[in-house]
Amino acid sequence: MTPQSQSRRGFLFRLGIGLNVLGAALVGIPVVGYIFGPARRRTDGQSWITLGPIGGFPAGQTRLATYENPVRVPWDGATAKIACWVRHIEGERFQVFAVNCAHLGCPVRWFAQSRLFMCPCHGGAYYEDGSRASGPPPRGLFEYEYRVRDGALWVRGGQLPTLSRPV
Amino acid sequence: MSAHGLEPVRSTLGWLEERAGLGGAVAPVLEHPVPRSTASWWYVFGSATLALFMLQIATGICLALVYVPSADGAYQSLLYLNFQAPFGWFLRAVHFWGSNAMVAVMTLHMIQVFLWGAHKYPRELTWVVGVFLFLCTLGMAFTGQILRWDQDAYWGLGIGASIASRAPGVGDTLVHLLLGGPIIAGRTLSRFFAVHVFLVPGVLIGMIGLHLWLVLRIGINEWPMPGRVVTRDTYRQRYEEEVRKDGVSFFPYAARKDMVACGVVVLAVVLCALLFGPFGPHGVPDPTLIDTAPKPDFYFLALYALFALLPPWTETMVILVGPVLAIAALFLVPFLAGTGEKSWKRRPVAVLGVLVIVLTVATLAGLGVAVPWSPKMDAWTAAPTPVRYVQGRTPLELQGALVVQNKQCRTCHSLGGEGGKRGPALDGIATRQTRDQLIRQVLQGGGNMPAYGKNLSPAEVNALVAFMQTLRP
Repeated sequence: MTPQSQSRRGFLFRLGIGLNVLGAALVGIPVVGYIFGPARRRTDGQSWITLGPIGGFPAGQTRLATYENPVRVPWDGATAKIACWVRHIEGERFQVFAVNCAHLGCPVRWFAQSRLFMCPCHGGAYYEDGSRASGPPPRGLFEYEYRVRDGALWVRGGQLPTLSRPV
Repeated sequence: MSAHGLEPVRSTLGWLEERAGLGGAVAPVLEHPVPRSTASWWYVFGSATLALFMLQIATGICLALVYVPSADGAYQSLLYLNFQAPFGWFLRAVHFWGSNAMVAVMTLHMIQVFLWGAHKYPRELTWVVGVFLFLCTLGMAFTGQILRWDQDAYWGLGIGASIASRAPGVGDTLVHLLLGGPIIAGRTLSRFFAVHVFLVPGVLIGMIGLHLWLVLRIGINEWPMPGRVVTRDTYRQRYEEEVRKDGVSFFPYAARKDMVACGVVVLAVVLCALLFGPFGPHGVPDPTLIDTAPKPDFYFLALYALFALLPPWTETMVILVGPVLAIAALFLVPFLAGTGEKSWKRRPVAVLGVLVIVLTVATLAGLGVAVPWSPKMDAWTAAPTPVRYVQGRTPLELQGALVVQNKQCRTCHSLGGEGGKRGPALDGIATRQTRDQLIRQVLQGGGNMPAYGKNLSPAEVNALVAFMQTLRP
């Protein structure tokens, strides 16, 4: 074997490795970006959503309201709908709570007679102002930011409320 | 049929063998010698798990032919499978009961190899790969439960996300990765479909191959005898001697019992499928229908119960650190106890450990079925007041009985055995607390009871306490 052909073989071997590394990088980097894309906060898209005219929420009462998730894809189906509890205190003073229990996210139910929110999963209970009453939740109910504009109630939503990102 | 008649078959097989050489490759594997003591009924759980896995692949592929992995179509396609696709209900049922059986039999396999000391030298790697298989299978169980896109799946994801969110620093990122976005919706289901159907099964198949390769290469664990201590210097030589002197060909001598066990588990799954049918889907996955009490499938009931029973201040720690420690402990078992006695008769700590873990998990799972901590949401309208608590009561006391009912005390407190179990039963409460103690407890709460001070008028408190003072055995 001549030194020339040996160096050519060495070059081909290195070229083979180089081309494959390049190919793996060109495919791999977009793949990583594609998979981890949803983890980037930029895609959150929290936005203001109307829950309808405030007349729908009589003062002194707590009612379930629903809205369409602002960040949605056409194939979301029913999961595009989100529920929240609206407590109309008086005038333009409201509290809007996420239905998700602060413990592990199960849907809490409102009991007007005992004025408590109760969670079916592990028995968390909250007072009507959303503060923790008993059970395992580490805090009160998650509360949406709200505003009243032109006689309608608006909340800022669009993501699952959790302990690391309360609404 | 005469020998002459078989000739075309024989020549076709010969033609195939000359080209593919499969017989020559498989025969030594099937006929490799194993210790005679391993041809035991205790050694069948691994093969049975593999048989169930193949059943899951076959039924899973069939289900994927019809299932629509889309948030707006999945539920309908499951109903279509249940009620319209020919045998769709049967395949869904087999897939569900097969998954239950696979988790159960795999757990038996794990307990058996641990008690028989099979994780010790030189089979440490086999055990480690087995732990990966165990975790992947639980991953399949959780993701499969999500593909049953119903209310339980939706809120189960909420629970998963809430757990992930507790990780310090990266909680929010984990939630987004898990859900494929900021909220449980269409992208979440697609993600879980890809993980359940492509990613984890691919890993599982590769790992099973490695697991089996290791079993073949190192040999099936011989029946452990008390006093025959494993040491790194002598073990392999002794094993090979035993196989040489008293070995049998794996097929058919040891494989017979495996074959029977595989048949039995598959038939048991089919029987369950026929008797009980497919599982769910339950309520439609509409997050605005909140009258639901989500519950995981049985393999996660113990965890579900643990979340209700842990003292709240320990919870984040236990949720985050507990699984890491448990998984690390499983991986480390063969490295912490890789030599020495193999027989469970000489390993009291190992036996006790298994007993404690099994009893703990079983007790927690039992509590997960009974859910004594969950409020009984309909008790205030549905549970009758026992007649003996109403007879001969004054109007004030009767008024108090109404307060108990109307203020939904029975969501958490039972009377005559009916009502919630969250708080103590009210029967006999008069013997445990004085009038003043009762008033204080109702108004200020405490001891895991909400305060009702703002919610009850003085007259209502008066009546309520008057009634409770009559509650004695």
